[in-house]
Amino acid sequence: MLTTRNLLGIRELDVKDIELILDTAERFREVSSRRVKKTPALRGRIVANLFYTPSIRTRISFERACKALSADLINISSAQTSLGETLTDIARTLQAMGVDILVVRHRLAGAPVQLARSISARVINAGDGAHEHPTQALVDAFTIRRIKGRLEGLKVALLGDIRHSPTAKSNLYCLKKLGARVVVGAPSPLVPEGLEELGCKVYHTTEEAVDGADVVILTRVSLDYGNDKLLPSLREFSRFFSLNTERLALAKPDVTVLHGGRINRGVEISAEVAERAWQSMMKEVSAGIVVRMAVLYLLTVGGKGADNEG
Amino acid sequence: MKASSLLLRGGRVIDPANGLDAVRDVLISSGVIAGVGENMKPEGAEILDCAGKLVLPGLVDTNVHLNEPGREDRETIATGTRAAARGGYTAVACRSTENMVMDNQTVVQFIRSRAERDAVVRVFPVGTLTRAMAGEALAEIGELTAAGALAVCDDIHPVADAAVMRRVIGYAKMFNIPVLSFPEDPELAAGGVMHEGPVSTRLGLEGIPAVAEEVFAAREIILSAALDYPIHLSPVSCADTVELLRYARSRGVAVTAEVTPHNLLLTDEACADYDTNAKVSPPLRSTADREALVAALADGTLEVVASDHSPCTTAEKLAEFDRAACGISGLETAFPLLFTELVLPGRVPAGRLVDAMSRAPARVLGLALGALTEGYPADVTIIDPETPRTVDPRDFDSKGRNTPFAGRTLRGWPCDVLVGGRFVLRGGELND
Repeated sequence: MLTTRNLLGIRELDVKDIELILDTAERFREVSSRRVKKTPALRGRIVANLFYTPSIRTRISFERACKALSADLINISSAQTSLGETLTDIARTLQAMGVDILVVRHRLAGAPVQLARSISARVINAGDGAHEHPTQALVDAFTIRRIKGRLEGLKVALLGDIRHSPTAKSNLYCLKKLGARVVVGAPSPLVPEGLEELGCKVYHTTEEAVDGADVVILTRVSLDYGNDKLLPSLREFSRFFSLNTERLALAKPDVTVLHGGRINRGVEISAEVAERAWQSMMKEVSAGIVVRMAVLYLLTVGGKGADNEG
Repeated sequence: MKASSLLLRGGRVIDPANGLDAVRDVLISSGVIAGVGENMKPEGAEILDCAGKLVLPGLVDTNVHLNEPGREDRETIATGTRAAARGGYTAVACRSTENMVMDNQTVVQFIRSRAERDAVVRVFPVGTLTRAMAGEALAEIGELTAAGALAVCDDIHPVADAAVMRRVIGYAKMFNIPVLSFPEDPELAAGGVMHEGPVSTRLGLEGIPAVAEEVFAAREIILSAALDYPIHLSPVSCADTVELLRYARSRGVAVTAEVTPHNLLLTDEACADYDTNAKVSPPLRSTADREALVAALADGTLEVVASDHSPCTTAEKLAEFDRAACGISGLETAFPLLFTELVLPGRVPAGRLVDAMSRAPARVLGLALGALTEGYPADVTIIDPETPRTVDPRDFDSKGRNTPFAGRTLRGWPCDVLVGGRFVLRGGELND
């Protein structure tokens, strides 16, 4: 059984919860490999995708996970949410319509946390501003565990836009709880104040961060989020920080490179490294579905065990 | 028949202006203080037994938002001044409402006439420094003064342009009207919704760095010195601002500053869980900042405590943290909070707190209030230092129920409040 009724962030999650989710996801892999990729585990349950900001990857991944579990899905796009109604009012309406789980993505940090306080339906944070993106961090941990066989003792480097990424902090909490050593490599404007107090070493060169790393996780760097004021140019960022072949050579020979999505080739990652990374990133995408299945399942049904279902 | 004189008998009278902290009687006659002494036996006076109570000069607040005219959904002069009376205040200086700004005499006159009709405590309008608080053109400070504004301030919109600020100070000086400035560099604070530090990073919220305040506090100190005119920083929140104030003091610069109860008692950790009731401007800062503020209140570097009473509607606080309105509805809890959390544990002497909430703010505003001096208006606050009560926003007289202090059990609640010798609060009940 999970000790939490919502999945709002990794920070407040127990190691046992994380392990239960990853182990359950492992069991759902079997369903994904069937010809008929479906289990009736959540038949009759209703999940609503409430996405205030567009996200192709996360939304479709949740959608696939819901369908594989036979849950009914309501997709609410950002266009439908921009009518000035408060988040809480929309959520209460959905709850009154019988929605069991709300998957919420929001531009503003904390929106899903505040929402979870006012409704009894379960809430999954699918990325809220610069706060957390717990399912993506679980997906990354799951992928690393499958590739490396473990997380304990690994050195993981987080690169890119750490300041605005919802995933970077979730990755940090998740990997640390599972025993990995986490370092950050990014220019000072892209590192939020006091990040080291969360338990990671911060470097302002990519070289120091990836030195001897087992895993590198990248976050997209663009001129959005006001980065046009924070960085002189993407050219300069790329020259000093991009993960290229030479810099990657400082990592372990069997280094795994992951990217949260929406690659900006030539900025945070060179085209060559991106090609090389695609293999692990494909694993990441398919892991996305089973991990989200595990989360949806565990939050709805609890710990009855996925084995005896469908 | 109403007795024309009233004796407040046997209370512990704390009157910093007269260096008094002892059991005394206070005689009030025809609305003014007629005398303070021992075992007074005036002929025919009504007697209020104050044994075991604290008898203070009426509390004065330099920083209150009554929101009328403009935002009567948040507060009105009627509800805000009742909240003030309940909190032990006898005089409040009220700031402009965002969309009905006191940059002209009309709004000042409206507030004065409405206060005449609806207010239960004294209301002093604070005009603006610049037109529409936009920080560009000077407000009509001469006319504002003539109309009865007793100070000028652009509320939480500091004048960003130093040249404009310099001009404003020189202009205000001609009319001898106090200048209040909220020190926060809008560029350094841009986009921020809480104190910048590990907690804002954890929550993923944009931070307001401490330097945003310090840079502007330093600027105001320099301008005050250059123009030889006092500036009151309203309010401050950072440890290094306190150091700047000590430096200014050592150089003889006439800069004063106020601090709020919430900045004295809470830190940025109160924003964890995205509690929008902890969203304020200036933001709740680090533990080190809070400690420095308490020490500076105790030693007098921070002369004034102001509630920064900022009532908000429920909807404004139900929003996402980024979008939620700033402010705490603070008039009704300011004194009991500080008495319970700072005076009772011995962090701040009772006399210093009373000074910071009566004489010092009156002096900043140039008011002959805040003292139990013979001949002064009989504005008196009587505190019950013993009976505990739990803060329940539903009991507030303010329309604003926004407080992060709900559920705290406090002592030091006002039981009687007199304005000009007339009871506005009696036995803990408003005397409507």
